[in-house]
Amino acid sequence: MVDKTQLVVIGGGPGGYVAAFRAADLGLDVTLVDLDENPGGVCLYRGCIPSKALLHVAKLLNETKEAAAWGVDFGEPEIDLDKLRAFKNSVVAKMTGGLGQLSKARKVTYIRGRARFTGPAAVSIELHEGGTQELAFDHAIVATGSRPIMLPAFDIGSDRIMDSTGALELADIPQRMLVVGGGIIGLELGQVYAALGTQVSVVEMTDGLIPPGDRDLVRILQKRLQSQFEQIRLETKVVGVAEEGDRLKVTMVPASGGDEIVEHYDRVLLSIGRRPNSEDLGLENTKVQIDERGFLQADVQRRTAEPTIFAIGDVIGSALAHTASHEGIVASEVISGKRAAFEPNAIPSVVYTDPELAWCGLTEAEAKEQGLKVQIAKFPWGASGRATTLDRNDGVTKLVVDPETERILGVGIAGPGAGELIAEGVLAVEMAALVSDVAMSIHPHPTLSETVMEAAEAYHGLSPHINAPKRK
Amino acid sequence: MAAEFKLPDLGENIEKGEVISVLVAVGDQLAEDQPVVELETDKAVIEVPSSVSGTIVAIHVSQGDTINVGQAILEIDGGTAPAVAAPATAAAPEAQPAAVLPDATPPPQPIAAVTTRSQDVTLPELGEGVDSGDVVGIMVSIGDQVEEEQGLLEIEIDKGVVELPAPAAGKVTALHLKEGDRATVGQLIATLEVSVGGSAAVATPAAATSSAPASQATSSHATSAQTAVSAPASTMAAADLPARKLVPAAPSVRRLAREIGVDVGAVKGNGPGGRISEADVKSHSKQLHETRSAGGTGVAAIALPDFSKWGEIDAEPFSNVRRITAQRMVQSWTSIPHVTQFDQADVTDLEVFRKSHGKAVEKAGGKLTPTALILKVVAAALVKFPQFCASIDMAGEQIIYKKYRHIGIAVDTKRGLLVPVLRDVDQKTVTELSIELGEMAEKTRTGRVGIDEMQGGCFTISNLGGIGGTAFTPIINAPEVAILGVARSKTEAVHIDGQFQPRMIMPLSLSYDHRVIDGADGARFLRYICECLENPFYLAFEG
Repeated sequence: MVDKTQLVVIGGGPGGYVAAFRAADLGLDVTLVDLDENPGGVCLYRGCIPSKALLHVAKLLNETKEAAAWGVDFGEPEIDLDKLRAFKNSVVAKMTGGLGQLSKARKVTYIRGRARFTGPAAVSIELHEGGTQELAFDHAIVATGSRPIMLPAFDIGSDRIMDSTGALELADIPQRMLVVGGGIIGLELGQVYAALGTQVSVVEMTDGLIPPGDRDLVRILQKRLQSQFEQIRLETKVVGVAEEGDRLKVTMVPASGGDEIVEHYDRVLLSIGRRPNSEDLGLENTKVQIDERGFLQADVQRRTAEPTIFAIGDVIGSALAHTASHEGIVASEVISGKRAAFEPNAIPSVVYTDPELAWCGLTEAEAKEQGLKVQIAKFPWGASGRATTLDRNDGVTKLVVDPETERILGVGIAGPGAGELIAEGVLAVEMAALVSDVAMSIHPHPTLSETVMEAAEAYHGLSPHINAPKRK
Repeated sequence: MAAEFKLPDLGENIEKGEVISVLVAVGDQLAEDQPVVELETDKAVIEVPSSVSGTIVAIHVSQGDTINVGQAILEIDGGTAPAVAAPATAAAPEAQPAAVLPDATPPPQPIAAVTTRSQDVTLPELGEGVDSGDVVGIMVSIGDQVEEEQGLLEIEIDKGVVELPAPAAGKVTALHLKEGDRATVGQLIATLEVSVGGSAAVATPAAATSSAPASQATSSHATSAQTAVSAPASTMAAADLPARKLVPAAPSVRRLAREIGVDVGAVKGNGPGGRISEADVKSHSKQLHETRSAGGTGVAAIALPDFSKWGEIDAEPFSNVRRITAQRMVQSWTSIPHVTQFDQADVTDLEVFRKSHGKAVEKAGGKLTPTALILKVVAAALVKFPQFCASIDMAGEQIIYKKYRHIGIAVDTKRGLLVPVLRDVDQKTVTELSIELGEMAEKTRTGRVGIDEMQGGCFTISNLGGIGGTAFTPIINAPEVAILGVARSKTEAVHIDGQFQPRMIMPLSLSYDHRVIDGADGARFLRYICECLENPFYLAFEG
């Protein structure tokens, strides 16, 4: 039986379901295809949401420890891992179930299965409950996302080697764990396990953690991690992993050469990046272009070389849930006949560790790389009243400013709550705000948000709480 | 077999006309060459003769419509296809390129060979709260081959002037709107004939139907066809994201710019730090439009106050003639460095001659007017001064000299200024010119002059002497390089041989293109004309 839909969205993650909902809101007849029971994708099932539930708990654990210094001692926490896992699972169930409801309310046809293109206007869906369904469409959006990269050296069939999905399952609290890859996902999960009592080590091939972040922000996080983690090895490569009894024997070498380092861990978390889910989609039956790394090629409207097919999110390399959602909106609007395009001036990036790191727009490193003349205005949280009340003076807020127009081109924040604070930075960059616009907007006292205003004041050497040189 | 009669090619640069009257009705037996409609084009009213014969079964145009070359005017039954048809009149049924079918039995599903299909273009959404706009410009004509993204028409909404791009490359087969029309979102704007690639065949019946010509897409497929069409309408060129600069404009302002087809990066921001506001985008869009409507001369139209504040007003839309005149005058005035040379001719003797020979010319069927005589004199002057019978080619950096002396005469008609051209004036007698001039002026005033009769001039004469005036500075009728203005002759006291004598003096003004003609030549040319008028024997000697 052949059905017909105006729009088929393949992949129900934050790119796909937002695209589907927007298209339905714009009056299109939409079919959403995903492997899971409900929309949500990696973000809700095994990414952003469960990791944040666990990071919340981790933060709480750390704060109860710190509270001893403030005169409140909770003693050693008792951790009921099954209950913790159940809490995390209930968050996921609540959110994904909600999306299922929202999907029904919009009359989006949800099909659980795997879709493959049979041509530029039809897919064949291998249904979860068995059998196949042929579906003809006017337009399709590919939003199949990405999955963790597995390296052959680690593919030794040991269940002690996990990727982020496995780590979120919280099978146990290992005594000693190695995180391979010092990126966002590895550090977030490393902090979760460290808070639960695991001795966590990180090994990173390059010379720094979180490569895309500005070094002054990363340093603040790194300092804290050094006290929480057993060891952070930079410029070090894992060359071999082998099961040895109940443990894993990991062999590492410094990138610059030198003696082999051999360590034993209970678990290894491999978090070196993600690869696009672009195989087995039948794209060879279309004109869709795929680059050598497997990413689908799409234009500023997220249309592929096949005019009927659009692509958004991780599968084209966007790598952030909120970017994928925005792209989904653009694609659905374009399909509905609107002249939409994906052209933001500021995309926020957030590292949900403690302290959090967040930045948007132009980073200082990017400005340097592109040879742009910028001025940096910084407000250290040591001068923030609110940060002091939290006993967290280890933050910084900085603005990347075009000195000619005094326009804010980028914002970077390190410190607890940076992920929430960055939203103001996004608005400032998107609205082309000048430093004086932010400096002259009254911010509530005492809050961490004042640090954004004070950084703007500091640009002109006029922050009341720091003594910065005056700028003309 | 039904056949269509489409508006044939009307000549150089003429793409459309307004239907003044329809001369036939449904049911009429139409003969070849029989006039079908009366059409006002840029410069004239013409009758369009049929190239087909048969019984008229449908008429697609009515009075007041603006129709484009290639647009269907009527349909006949049992028609004979025109033996020799202009390209635009090809009335044969849609020629389908032969589909290459495999030798085996045809497959059960239609396999699309590379063929064409018609694609309707509807007005896309123009932004929040905008459901309609006025068509202020049509940028293509029927029969045009357009590129994807090429502007089809300009629509004015309160946000500015929006250019509506073609959703796909193809041939414009119909335009459903004309200037001044109000278009609503979703309304049919144009029909394109686009190529459909062979790979578009989809192995499902449902999808296969959707690739059928959109014109056949009746209710059941209407929605899907519309979506398929409107989606590409918003296609924009891919821009590499990282390379894009951070334009200082809020997201809502950038969206507005995108929707009305303005490159936001090109807009000058007037806000603090060069921030671009909605108003900046609108005024940029308006300026672009005005530059375009000013004939691409780069001159922005002057903003008008609300005249009704000071009293009652009435607004009349431009006629075709007025619009063209306005465009050409601005173009000439702004692109040609004009110099106007004044002189006067003593035409006392010429007047005596004119009056004494008037009867003879009248007998031959003409009227011996001063203009007829001036024509003859100017033709002689053009032979003697070839740079006045030239055109300037700035792009090719050359001057083109014409070896013929075709002279235009400005004629005041109720529809505006028209300039019919008399051919080979230098080779005709004054009597012949008098007859031809009279006929041509009459034809022009009654709107029967043909387009081709107004083309090919080398020089123009504008005689306002019949109305009055002492002198005026005429504007060159580009691409000509000079124009002679004639004001009213009058008797003046001229000091001759020690005493004042009453003489008939004709004031003349010559405007010329200083790029080609130097001041001394301008003076000599006009002096030569004056001498010939003062002493017609000159002509006998010289030309």
